[in-house]
Amino acid sequence: MAEVERLLEKEFFIRETTGLTSARGSLLFVKSVPGVKYGEIVDVELESGERRLGQVIDVSREVTVIQVFGGVSEVNLTASRVRFKGETLKIPVSIDMLGRIFDGMARPIDGGPEIVPEDYMDIHGSPINPASRMPPSEFIETGISAIDGMNSLVRGQKLPIFSGSGLPHNRIAAQIVRQARVRGEGERFSVVFAAIGVTFDDARFFIENFRRTGAMERTIAFINTASDPVIERIAVPRVALTAAEFLAWRYDMHVLVILTDMTNYCEALRELSAAREEVPGRRGYPGYMYTDLATIYERAGRIWGKKGSVTQMPILTMPNDDITHPIPDLTGYITEGQLVLSRDLHRKGIYPPFDVLLSLSRLMKDGIGPGKTREDHRDVFMQLYAAYAEGLHARELSIIVGAESLSERERKYLTFADRFEREFIRQGEYERRTIEQTLDLAWELLAILPEEELKQIRSHIIKKYHPKYRKRKSEG
Amino acid sequence: MVVGRIWRISGPLVIAEGMSGSMVYEVVRVGNEGLIGEIIGLEGDRAIIQVYEDTSGLTVGEKVEGTGNPLVAELGPGLIGAIYDGLQRPLTRLEEVAGSFIRRGISLPSLPRDKKWPFKPVVKAGDIVGPGDIIGVVQETSLIEHKIMIPPDVKGEVKWIAPEGDYTIEEKIITLKTSEGDKDLTMLQKWPVRKPRPYVRKIDPSELLVTGQRVLDYMFPLAKGGKAAIPGGFGTGKTVTLQQLAKWSDTHINIYVGCGERGNEMADALHSFRKLIEPRSGRPLMEKAVFIANTSNMPVAARETSVFIGVTIGEYFRDMGYNVLMVADSTSRWAEAMREISGRLEEMPGEEGFPAYLGSRLAEFYERSGRVETLGSPKRIGSLSIAGAVSPPGADFSEPVTQNTLRYVRVFWALDVALANRRHFPAINWLISYSLYVDAVAEWWRKTVKDDWKSLREEAMRILQKEAELIEIVRLVGTEALPEEDKLVLEVARMIREDFLQQNAFHEIDTYCPPLKAHYMMKSIIMFYRRGKEAIEMGVPVERIRKLPVREKIARMKEIPNEGFESQFTEIWNQINREFDELIKEVQISG
Repeated sequence: MAEVERLLEKEFFIRETTGLTSARGSLLFVKSVPGVKYGEIVDVELESGERRLGQVIDVSREVTVIQVFGGVSEVNLTASRVRFKGETLKIPVSIDMLGRIFDGMARPIDGGPEIVPEDYMDIHGSPINPASRMPPSEFIETGISAIDGMNSLVRGQKLPIFSGSGLPHNRIAAQIVRQARVRGEGERFSVVFAAIGVTFDDARFFIENFRRTGAMERTIAFINTASDPVIERIAVPRVALTAAEFLAWRYDMHVLVILTDMTNYCEALRELSAAREEVPGRRGYPGYMYTDLATIYERAGRIWGKKGSVTQMPILTMPNDDITHPIPDLTGYITEGQLVLSRDLHRKGIYPPFDVLLSLSRLMKDGIGPGKTREDHRDVFMQLYAAYAEGLHARELSIIVGAESLSERERKYLTFADRFEREFIRQGEYERRTIEQTLDLAWELLAILPEEELKQIRSHIIKKYHPKYRKRKSEG
Repeated sequence: MVVGRIWRISGPLVIAEGMSGSMVYEVVRVGNEGLIGEIIGLEGDRAIIQVYEDTSGLTVGEKVEGTGNPLVAELGPGLIGAIYDGLQRPLTRLEEVAGSFIRRGISLPSLPRDKKWPFKPVVKAGDIVGPGDIIGVVQETSLIEHKIMIPPDVKGEVKWIAPEGDYTIEEKIITLKTSEGDKDLTMLQKWPVRKPRPYVRKIDPSELLVTGQRVLDYMFPLAKGGKAAIPGGFGTGKTVTLQQLAKWSDTHINIYVGCGERGNEMADALHSFRKLIEPRSGRPLMEKAVFIANTSNMPVAARETSVFIGVTIGEYFRDMGYNVLMVADSTSRWAEAMREISGRLEEMPGEEGFPAYLGSRLAEFYERSGRVETLGSPKRIGSLSIAGAVSPPGADFSEPVTQNTLRYVRVFWALDVALANRRHFPAINWLISYSLYVDAVAEWWRKTVKDDWKSLREEAMRILQKEAELIEIVRLVGTEALPEEDKLVLEVARMIREDFLQQNAFHEIDTYCPPLKAHYMMKSIIMFYRRGKEAIEMGVPVERIRKLPVREKIARMKEIPNEGFESQFTEIWNQINREFDELIKEVQISG
């Protein structure tokens, strides 16, 4: 970062002011000096000589409002000074960042040398022209049945994990990073990992895991722990995505971005909004939170004529497991589906505890089928959904009226649901199932049901894949 | 022209001073880069401007130039198949100029200036022409004949008309002798987006807008010229339903506005519209579509303009006598943009922080739909139908955008999270959705299927209603404790739900269902129900009815091809009668 500052100072005319009028929360109000740009970066120099970065978030002829990364503690209105740098927030980027660990403002924290930048990039990026976007359609095999079979992930998608406190979302994310590959190519992802306001233990879990499994050398990690300044959390996901875009669009890499925990990001946003005395929206979160989150989540995708891709997997913990809370709600409106974890399944000891009925992958339809996974995939997954939903309905009934009052049909569905959870959803943390294994397992379970109940499956697919006919074929 | 200076910058909002003489809703160029903005308020010599591009890097004191004009849409040949951003900038051209990422400050003409169109005149020198009169035609795509009309504020005598030939939209094609002297016109028209285009009179909608979606066409129909809202939480299938509408509706022109939504979905829509074939003409869907894409990470203020530009283009084609459908996904994002701007203006907030004028702004939009007798000759009738998605936070329909929308629309397609979680798609809840066009389109149905659609629909609705009541009882006592007749209702309701209402948008045949096939499907189910009731009265247990082989046939009706299906249905009806006859005979013999 010292490098950046030196360069910036050389390149731009520096303006300075000591006209600080007030400081509160993370905001600093100063008298305007001519030429201040909206969104530009400032240096706040404290009496002690310490410097903090800030950004202009409102400017008029009289007053300039600065949001200070690192907060305004120890800012002194008479002895501190503000230097305007004439530039928006940029970070140095380089291919050598792979294998390294940085703080939330892209400063190395792993004891290694400073990065020699290939370029400086604005952390806000630019929106992709919708006409330049290529619809994502390459199936990513994660080796996890509940994802591959029921909620397939494709390259360029943004698919968040909605979790709750105490659920194993970190272990699942680490398993995905370990196992994710595109079929046929055997190609692995580069990973950009951003920890946003997480505990030290969580951050260490990931780093240790990446190191142990050899994933670290293809990973760039940005760590902002719970004890780091809240305001920096606003920058972390953007910094991480800037690095990801650099790898994807400049180096043609396929990049998987893990952002955890987006709930901490939203809390920081709310804190900031309150400090700015804005009119609050639902539950105190700012009314523009949808737009703000979109500027993060929309930075995923594929582009015609470019080889790389950015795939996002944000993780968030739903406060009180409430999926209608503004954070998961707004996220779900932007992302292309969601993977929801269930506390019930977790209590039953099922790992990974995916609530497949609440989970959804919107881009799945384009990533599966003949040539991509297998021709029966679409019919099978729709049938699994329908059957599992029916099974849960039967389970609910049996709790109230007792299993003996169920019809024969309902009892079959009940058996199906139980086995589905125990055999299909559940799998080992180090177990990788190919899509064929996942689908064959699904057929075995569907065979519990009478054939005429398999309405979602086209007749010729049944004839080809149903265990009943397969056996007959192998016997004959 | 007025030139002022920037006084304050706060996000998409800029306040400029020295602006006296400018007007509200005037388009201004902000800063040295000339970013496009619109004045939304005036106070003394200060103008409050919403800027439609990213404002980072603007400086206090930079100039702001007035244009003297409100925001206009460019109308003329070249609209069809175009992909625009929220300011009607052509995104494919923008890509050629600026690459794959959106840069600001670029202005490009909305319609291609260099392209020549084959113009064929239909009036001759000496004719008197007035507002809306068709003076010539351009075959823009094989599906659409673009009618060149006299703008709504011009009339006079034709002094000269261009002979048949190829012209650009800026070349003179007609000269009129008017009361204010001679006037030259080109094929290009500009119209202020916030002003509805005039027409002679509105006519009551009476024709079904065929969408090929059974739950819509059969249960909750939209009429041509009508307006519908489709609210639903995330994952309930708003976008898929709207895309189905845009793909399969039997309209001449479809306008798809992606307002504050996902980039990848927009890419998917664009991609599939290029690939898919219109079922009635066999031509690519792109030949009847116009796209407006303002994704969620593009500038917030342009969400509003994307909606108004869409509706203006819609009215323009309506005026040619076409049936137009505009879908907007999602109006909630537009409402949120209003809330953001209003918050920055420090206006008194209404419910949940939305501005108090939310309702009137939504009304301005939806009221521009309708079936009308257009201006000009030859006499023609056109329609503009609007379907708007609403994205209620937490899927709670009591929130202000949903509630305000329901005041203005006549069809309510309520998407239900519980149905979506069960993968019942389209997840339209049949108990709370409604259509106020049922009576209006009854006559259309009678003529098309030559049968009583209305009574079959009502019977199906009754069965579904009854099911909802019975489910309450089943929760307490279980299914087996119900009387046989009620068990049959549950069975048939399940058939209606699974074999009729559920429709797979990604199935090669089922994605589009012609109204007559939908009717035959429902007729089969209701026939099964009526024969079942009769059998139960004769003492046949439901268990036996449930196992009839024809059930499987009914479950697979969706897979019957969309053409030449009559014989297959006749067979199903015969089989229903045969199997029930046998069942009843058996019981009578053993009894």
